[in-house]
Amino acid sequence: MARLIIPSPLRKFTGDQASFESTGSTVNEVIQQLVEQHAGLKPHLFDQEGKLRSFVRVYVGDEDIHSLQKEDTPVATETVISIIPAIAGGKD
Amino acid sequence: MTTESIEISAIAERVIREDAEVAYPDECCGFVYGKIQDSKRLIQKAIPVLNSKEGDKKRRFEISALEYMRAEQNALDLGLDLLGVYHSHPEHPAQPSEHDRVQAMPFFSYLIVSVKSAKSAELNSFQLNDDRQFKQEILQQSLNV
Repeated sequence: MARLIIPSPLRKFTGDQASFESTGSTVNEVIQQLVEQHAGLKPHLFDQEGKLRSFVRVYVGDEDIHSLQKEDTPVATETVISIIPAIAGGKD
Repeated sequence: MTTESIEISAIAERVIREDAEVAYPDECCGFVYGKIQDSKRLIQKAIPVLNSKEGDKKRRFEISALEYMRAEQNALDLGLDLLGVYHSHPEHPAQPSEHDRVQAMPFFSYLIVSVKSAKSAELNSFQLNDDRQFKQEILQQSLNV
């Protein structure tokens, strides 16, 4: 099963679980399984249109899914997927 | 539920202030690590990272995805929790901007240090509440670490 790494700030929505095993065959299927089991994650991962929030990045291994097949990127048994919050800001 | 009080070790505070002064007039940034005990946060360590923002670093900061992954690994290696992020506001109050808020994550403490004439000044900490609004945390220097 593919393994998805939950970032520290979102672990309060997974009962402190740091990773999630999934039978999904694409990044999208894995993330959908994740939010089905941990509904509290949904507003932090998806916008009101149901798309991944622009401030959330997803990596497969050390590659951004935007340089692969985005959410349709296939995943295999040994694939490690990371959800990475975009850390940015600054004064007005 | 948000944590209402937070302590910071003298060494972690010094790292943040020195980073802010060295980076001035640009914004600095980094991660903070520590423990949560009885719902109270204790920041024990601060580690600066590169401000990878392309463009105006005097009013913006950005931390790369790879630096973020490294920070999660650092937390495991140190046996500490990744508790949040710090950054500086050169010639600006230590208050979060709307730009800070929209990109913020739950759980994390967001420490902001004001820098005035190249000297670090006020240091404040904020955390998102359940309505995605920032709530200021009571930041105190730890007497124990």
